[in-house]
Amino acid sequence: MATVEKKPIPLEFEQPLAILAQNMEALEKQLSDNPELEGDLERMQDQYNSLKRSLYSNLRPIDHLAIARHPQRPYTRDYFSTWDPGWVELHGDRKGVDDGAMVGALLEIDGIKMVAVGTQKGRTLRDKQHCNFGMPQPEGYRKALRLFHHANKFHLPILCLIDTPGAYPGLSAEEHNQSQAIAENLMELAGVTVPVVAAVTGEGGSGGALAIGVANRILMLEHSVYSVITPEGCASILWRSNDKVSEACQAMKMTAKEILQLGVIDQVISEPLGGAHHDYQTAAENLKKAIVSQMTELMKLSPEQVRKDRQDKFRRFGSFR
Amino acid sequence: MRILLSVLLVAVICVTAHHMEELEEMDLKDWFASRQKRKEIQEVIKQPLTTDEYCALWKQCFQCRELLYTRDLRTNLDVCPKCDYHFRVGALDRIEQLADEGSFDELDADMRSSDPLTFFDTEAYVKRQDEATRKSGLREAVLTGLCRIDGHEAALGCMDFGHFGGSMGSVVGEKVTRLTEAAMERNSPLIVVSSSGGARMQEGILSLMQMAKTSSALKSFADSGNLYISILTEPTFGGVTASFAMLGDFIIAEPGARIGFAGRRVIEQTIRQKLPADFQTAEYLLKHGQVDMVVSRNKLKETLARLIAFHKPAPQVVSGKSDKSDKKISGEPSTAGRT
Repeated sequence: MATVEKKPIPLEFEQPLAILAQNMEALEKQLSDNPELEGDLERMQDQYNSLKRSLYSNLRPIDHLAIARHPQRPYTRDYFSTWDPGWVELHGDRKGVDDGAMVGALLEIDGIKMVAVGTQKGRTLRDKQHCNFGMPQPEGYRKALRLFHHANKFHLPILCLIDTPGAYPGLSAEEHNQSQAIAENLMELAGVTVPVVAAVTGEGGSGGALAIGVANRILMLEHSVYSVITPEGCASILWRSNDKVSEACQAMKMTAKEILQLGVIDQVISEPLGGAHHDYQTAAENLKKAIVSQMTELMKLSPEQVRKDRQDKFRRFGSFR
Repeated sequence: MRILLSVLLVAVICVTAHHMEELEEMDLKDWFASRQKRKEIQEVIKQPLTTDEYCALWKQCFQCRELLYTRDLRTNLDVCPKCDYHFRVGALDRIEQLADEGSFDELDADMRSSDPLTFFDTEAYVKRQDEATRKSGLREAVLTGLCRIDGHEAALGCMDFGHFGGSMGSVVGEKVTRLTEAAMERNSPLIVVSSSGGARMQEGILSLMQMAKTSSALKSFADSGNLYISILTEPTFGGVTASFAMLGDFIIAEPGARIGFAGRRVIEQTIRQKLPADFQTAEYLLKHGQVDMVVSRNKLKETLARLIAFHKPAPQVVSGKSDKSDKKISGEPSTAGRT
């Protein structure tokens, strides 16, 4: 597993914390020459801890967004290899393309065999280009669809990990009918008779995320976000300004907690303090526990019940008078 | 109105000139009253015609720039007689064009959006809703109901781009879902005319979920073996295209309509390339195998009726019962079909 050896890169709102950490490091270096500084260091450590706690308990929506987009955040492949080091990757849509932004896999987690798909963002520049920065083309969605059908055929539950800015808006994507690819996934995923669990691990960007998100249970990591449009897009359309992103984040109610309150998702999974990128193992463990418990529950239902459960869930969404 | 007033004024002037002598006999009160009236009329005439008033009478074709008399344009189903440009059509007009006269029976007419996020950008969402209603005269961006099309029963939904950019919020999703369910209950074909800018941002994640809700209902509808025809009109984008609009057994587009997932500007900014001129038009989609046909508006009703009739289960096929009379029926038409 590609655990981050390097220190987490501090985000903009974490700067005060980073400065304090730097000072502490400098102090620590002097400690061998001046043992009397130990008290200062301890005090600084206390200050650091209390600042950290208060900082992370008062996050603004845009801070959640920043954590969700953190370049060191664990991605789909990281989770897969933590949960099942022997996972088997499945490639291609069988129609001519293998989209790197969508990863297909056979997984076995705590004895539950499942078909898993997830969007992948990519770590290095080359990797990012291969994954198209986590934005699937229609072929990526068709690859996922093929795997959904496979799971349905062999009565394997489906796991979907979502971390994408959205479906790719490009010339070839339109030519190959991006909208139909998404629409078909929505329709077919609604109809499968095996349990489906989806988890938003980072960014849940619009239709591109929903295309693998029509699930019996939807989970979200604490700092992940899920929205109908990117906050940048929303700000430029409604405020006609690119520097109103923070307002857009706030107005759209896109954080895990808010979406739980709206009743759209079922569970918020807690992350290590500061975000999943601080501790991959704990984040993966927390998520695994939730997935396994939800899946175990769902596997008690009959195939017809599972489908009905999912369709009923989505039938309820909406607010009108 | 204007003409009437000017005639009135002329009449008033004539009357005053002609009866100057009688003036003395006239009651002073009356004289003041008529003077007041004259003043008012003159004020109305002085005001120039507003552009809205000109537009109510004349419309310029966006494509060939021809000046068209609105009434003629309407009788031609809002299609330019010169260059065949298809103007945008509101939901009410669309229903009038497609449904048999007087057959449309609206469903969920009173459903209105609430404000689940208490959304506020530069203005409150509630205020924007009222404004949209005032502009379009509609409660929401879709009208749904049961109707007959050339005598065939059908469930018809028409979106209106004029209301909130035809955006899909909870109400649009719910109405389309209910329409799908109503069609399924009656085993009648479902027809949805789409025209939308996409999901409605002001309802956040709930708008997004409408994509899944409508698609899920359409899955059950498809399983029930009924016919769904999706009609794409200028413009259909985003969440609507990426859900129910693209799930038709048949997908029909109107000539020149712009249809796509992402907007042209977004794509241009992403790939930093010039896009072909006909990009995302109905004809472009036809070329790329995304729609079954491009049908001009005056042929649309006829085409729908034909498709519905084609897929109507012939009475002889429904021969599940072992009644003697049923058997007789099921036997006869099969030979009739061959001849």
